[in-house]
Amino acid sequence: MTLQEQTLPLGGVAPDRTGKHRTDHLMVAEMIPAGSKVLDVGCGDGELLQLLESRGIDGRGIEISREGVNRCVARGLAVVQGDADTDLVNYPDDAFDYVILSQTLQATRQPKVVLENLLRIGRRAIVSFPNFGFWKMRLQLLVGGHMPRTENLPATWYDTPNIHFCTIKDFVQLCDEINVKMERAVALDLYGRPVPLTLPWWVWNMFGEQGVFLLSRGGVGK
Amino acid sequence: MTNVTSISSPSIHSEDRAHEADHPTSTVAKFGIDQPLKLDCGIDLAPFQIAYQTYGELNADRSNAILICHALTLDQHVANVHPLTGKAGWWEIMVGPDRPLDTEKYFIICSNVIGGCMGSTGPASTNPATGNAWGLDFPVITIPDMVRAQAMLLDRLEIETLLCVIGGSMGGMQVLQWTAAYPQRVFSALPVACSTRHSAQNIAFHELGRQAVMADPEWHHGRYFELNTHPHRGLAVARMAGHITYLSDAALHRKFGRRMQDRDLPTFSFDADFQVESYLRYQGSSFVERFDANSYLYLTRAMDYFDIAADHEGVLAQAFRGIKTRFCVVSFTSDWLFPTSESRALVHALNASSARVSFAEIETDRGHDAFLLDVPEFFDIARAFLQSAGKARGLDTSKGG
Repeated sequence: MTLQEQTLPLGGVAPDRTGKHRTDHLMVAEMIPAGSKVLDVGCGDGELLQLLESRGIDGRGIEISREGVNRCVARGLAVVQGDADTDLVNYPDDAFDYVILSQTLQATRQPKVVLENLLRIGRRAIVSFPNFGFWKMRLQLLVGGHMPRTENLPATWYDTPNIHFCTIKDFVQLCDEINVKMERAVALDLYGRPVPLTLPWWVWNMFGEQGVFLLSRGGVGK
Repeated sequence: MTNVTSISSPSIHSEDRAHEADHPTSTVAKFGIDQPLKLDCGIDLAPFQIAYQTYGELNADRSNAILICHALTLDQHVANVHPLTGKAGWWEIMVGPDRPLDTEKYFIICSNVIGGCMGSTGPASTNPATGNAWGLDFPVITIPDMVRAQAMLLDRLEIETLLCVIGGSMGGMQVLQWTAAYPQRVFSALPVACSTRHSAQNIAFHELGRQAVMADPEWHHGRYFELNTHPHRGLAVARMAGHITYLSDAALHRKFGRRMQDRDLPTFSFDADFQVESYLRYQGSSFVERFDANSYLYLTRAMDYFDIAADHEGVLAQAFRGIKTRFCVVSFTSDWLFPTSESRALVHALNASSARVSFAEIETDRGHDAFLLDVPEFFDIARAFLQSAGKARGLDTSKGG
């Protein structure tokens, strides 16, 4: 995944049209108390990390693109060039309070292994990803017969960096399988607004354009 | 008979070099017999001296000092005319007003390493016990010895904590040694194109260079000063071999290809028909004008011995436990002497120690020497890293770029 794909809506979400920060970033930042130690995996040009640091959070990043790393260093952030698929194994257990994977899960080769590593390195993980169960996606495949393309995921099937799409329902199932506890879940609609909590899962899976999850390790023997 | 031209002898007389070794064109810090340099080999070196250059002004808080650690074949003349060659400083591209190491913001220090030949005590210096050059009587020194000497210099300058220690190659090794030995004195560290230990391949190249020097009949077991000779051919060969390792196949191809030197056809001799041969010979012969052969033996040896993990029960992360220093590690894609994998190993160890580390691999085909060349991406990173370090230390670095 290149920097452009990180910062443009390609693999991610529309920027917050009202404020300075993306809604999903603000959502993530709000989940992390000040003083925490955080690793942002796939940190792009460091926008989220900078937001976190401005809130008294000790942030580190991994970014695959050189341009992204250079921009992060230029912002005074501590970011190393690396790949979520291959480099997470080098981090020791419990090194961070939170590990963030923002709009990156779908671009990894082994999402399950990556997710397991996130919760080995960090006591908690925050994962956000585009929901492939979003109604627009379903409609395009059902009616149009094409692989879906949306405003936020405009790439064609042959040039997309996103190789492992899932729905919110799929992700919940994976978390169950690997004994990951879901502490908080938020679905954001196409405009980055949270889908009301009171609605049932299937509504989230239909109307959530993306999901943001706060995860922790499940109990022993689940 | 087939035509052969050998490496020309140096135009700068040995006496000039010998004079520079004892009485350098630099500021000198002298340490008497009461202040010995405790060497890893067990010897206390005393008296000894350190020659150094400074650029910019130390601020009132003494908080804007940056130490540059120089590489194997370089010296303290970072941003001034070299006293022997008359050429520009080796890092003027990096150090100066509005450069990444901005002399209007920072106080920049570079000292000649112990074992060097430009004014810090080394094998070319006069041994007070004999009145002759130390030669092989000089004790074998290590990278930690070099850093220990630099720490003594900083004590002399009354600088407790450095804003940054920066250096490439052997200089990068010193940077890492600084962080391992004096973490509390290093606010930030910028090790470039280096490693926490010298690889077997690199030791092998160094051995080739040393054997070239020692095979020169004019070396005389290091006693060439007394005999008024100089093993310039052996040292030039060592430099030529070394220089190849600082470049890359792609860089050599781009620069020279198979082009001929001042001729269209091969001469059917061993003359420098190819431009690349002519270039290497030039590199060899210009090096011997400013460098001491014994010093080359000692400094290559110091690099060979370098292995930070070995000093910490074989666990690299142990060397950086609980370190507060901010790191920015930089490597270059085409560097095969200190490949990116070595920098990554360092970064993993720093991550395991929870150090605050940035790491950037810069794309260039210019090989190991890229850190000395015009690589804007590297300058941008160095500038930004220093600015953020300065900001974190409460320095006013708002001025300029």
